[in-house]
Amino acid sequence: MSSAVPTRPRPIIGWGLHDGLVVARRNLIQTIRVPELLFFSIVQPVIFVLLFAFVFGGAIPIPGADPTTAPDASVYRQYLMPGIFGQTVAFASAAATVGLAEDMKRGIIDRFRSLPMASGGVLIGRTFADATRQILVLFVLSITGLLIGWRINDGILNAVYAYLLLLFFAYTVAWIGSWIGLYMPNPETAQTAGLVWLFPLTFLSNAFVPITAMPSWLQPIAQWNPISSLVLSTRELFGNPTGIVGDAWPQQNPIAYTLISCAVLIAIFAPLAVRRYRTSTSR
Amino acid sequence: MIEARGLVKKYGDVVALDGLDLSVPEGTVYGLLGPNGAGKTTAVRILTTLLKPDAGTAKVDGLDVVRKANAVRRIIGLTGQYAAVDEYLTGRENLRMFGDLYHLPTAYVKERSDELLARFDLTDAADRSLRTYSGGMRRRLDLAASLIAKPRVLFLDEPTTGLDPRSRIDLWEVIKDLVADGTTVLLTTQYLEEADQLAEEIVVIDHGRVIAQGTSDTLKDQVGGDRLEIVVDDPAQMDAAAQALRSVATGEVTVDRADHRIVAPVVGGSLTLVDAVRSLDAAHVGIADVALRRPTLDDVFLSLTGHTAEEDQA
Ligand SMILES: Nc1ncnc2c1ncn2[C@@H]1O[C@H](COP(=O)(O)OP(=O)(O)OP(=O)(O)O)[C@@H](O)[C@H]1O
Ligand SMILES: [Mg+2]
Repeated sequence: MSSAVPTRPRPIIGWGLHDGLVVARRNLIQTIRVPELLFFSIVQPVIFVLLFAFVFGGAIPIPGADPTTAPDASVYRQYLMPGIFGQTVAFASAAATVGLAEDMKRGIIDRFRSLPMASGGVLIGRTFADATRQILVLFVLSITGLLIGWRINDGILNAVYAYLLLLFFAYTVAWIGSWIGLYMPNPETAQTAGLVWLFPLTFLSNAFVPITAMPSWLQPIAQWNPISSLVLSTRELFGNPTGIVGDAWPQQNPIAYTLISCAVLIAIFAPLAVRRYRTSTSR
Repeated sequence: MIEARGLVKKYGDVVALDGLDLSVPEGTVYGLLGPNGAGKTTAVRILTTLLKPDAGTAKVDGLDVVRKANAVRRIIGLTGQYAAVDEYLTGRENLRMFGDLYHLPTAYVKERSDELLARFDLTDAADRSLRTYSGGMRRRLDLAASLIAKPRVLFLDEPTTGLDPRSRIDLWEVIKDLVADGTTVLLTTQYLEEADQLAEEIVVIDHGRVIAQGTSDTLKDQVGGDRLEIVVDDPAQMDAAAQALRSVATGEVTVDRADHRIVAPVVGGSLTLVDAVRSLDAAHVGIADVALRRPTLDDVFLSLTGHTAEEDQA
């Protein structure tokens, strides 16, 4: 042995967070060096905006919107944007699923696991980076929205709360996506599995159509769907039309329900994902 | 330094390890040799804390790999079968990231990364993304990454698979240097030559159990002594030649008519060679080629498993 290796004192933030930040940095560098990936994760919701605004816009009436202030399509655009925001951040989970499946395939998870790291480090980094990436996505989407007539009507502070809520939601679903990713045999399967559950989840919500327009047996599901409460919260915070708000508790207290759902989901899926991570190896 | 007792690992019906015992003394290179599916990677994964054995125990420097996993991780380095470095980071960024994750001081990590980049001839490519690296460069960086914390025990799972002969020899040199520094190395390989070159002690495994063990020389001796190979000028003289060789052979003489080649197991080295040539001469057999061959690990493999390492890959 040529010389002893020095050691380093435990940082104030703790090793878990330290390791998480190191891994998050790595994942974010990846985002910058492969701009195609980021580009398509932005283009997809932008296309959704344009499709819904210009193709379906006039055909979806928003009950409860004040008919005197703005007619038809423009009301729908105000209504639509928070829905798109909600859907977009929900899809952040797919990035975690695919990213982890790729890391496993490349054997880099094996290397991370052979290091004396905190066992949550890789996943904390993963989820943190996936949520951070959404800042840029939400920024571009917001500009698109402003261009087609969406407006922030209730002050900057509330808008900041809305964006923070969206990012917290992105962080939450990234944990679910991570947990799924660690079960994936390969990135191709992850691509599909990362998305399948998101379509029913986002469409069974108030993201694109008012819940009151759904069959009555679906309405309770949609009202308790955390995406609905997230979208409703942001509609309220941005001062956009909300449509008719349901009677269920989540609809009456959307911000509280969203925060509680996120906390509960993280409390369930973060330990599940970390437990799975501790036995994951590349195949 | 590494002690494994009765390691068993099953994947469903597949028994990957079937009671594997290993004992690696400190400061040596230990070669784990076996065909595809023998259980080499499974053994390495258990020893590096990635996988829990179904039965048996393993210790690295006295630390149980299951119960003291994190302490074990502090003193080991792993280079897996496939290069496990980040594609999108540069070489330097990769090394610094792994150094940070070993929880080493930042200044030390910087210095050590530069030192390793220089040692592995990657200084010029240090600030390029790995996507521009060749397979050999990636493999070298992978090895560098496992050395960042100066591990006392290094696990190398088929480190030279996929490398060209030149890179392979370069890597052997690095491994030899490491051992000179006192690092204990456990190396898996399918290349018999590699085990022969690097490992003081070799364990041959197949179907998850040890089938032979010893130094390269003792293993070769197990197969039997040397082999005398002759090629005759005139195929019509094959039988006469075989007959002449039986007088010096210590076992069955094999005749390969297609190649005009006759192989005889012998003892006694070059003296026997002289005897053999004399008796062939006495029988008036013209010889195109004659050679005394020490058994290679390939022969060891063949006699132990009934197939060569290469055949098994097919
Ligand atoms: N994750 C897994 N699931 C199921 N079977 C597995 C898994 N990993 C390994 N095996 C099986 O266990 C056996 C031993 O595999 P292992 O990877 O340890 O062999 P190896 O000696 O490293 O082979 P190679 O030279 O191909 O790398 C093989 O039969 C393999 O198919
Ligand atoms: Mg292997």
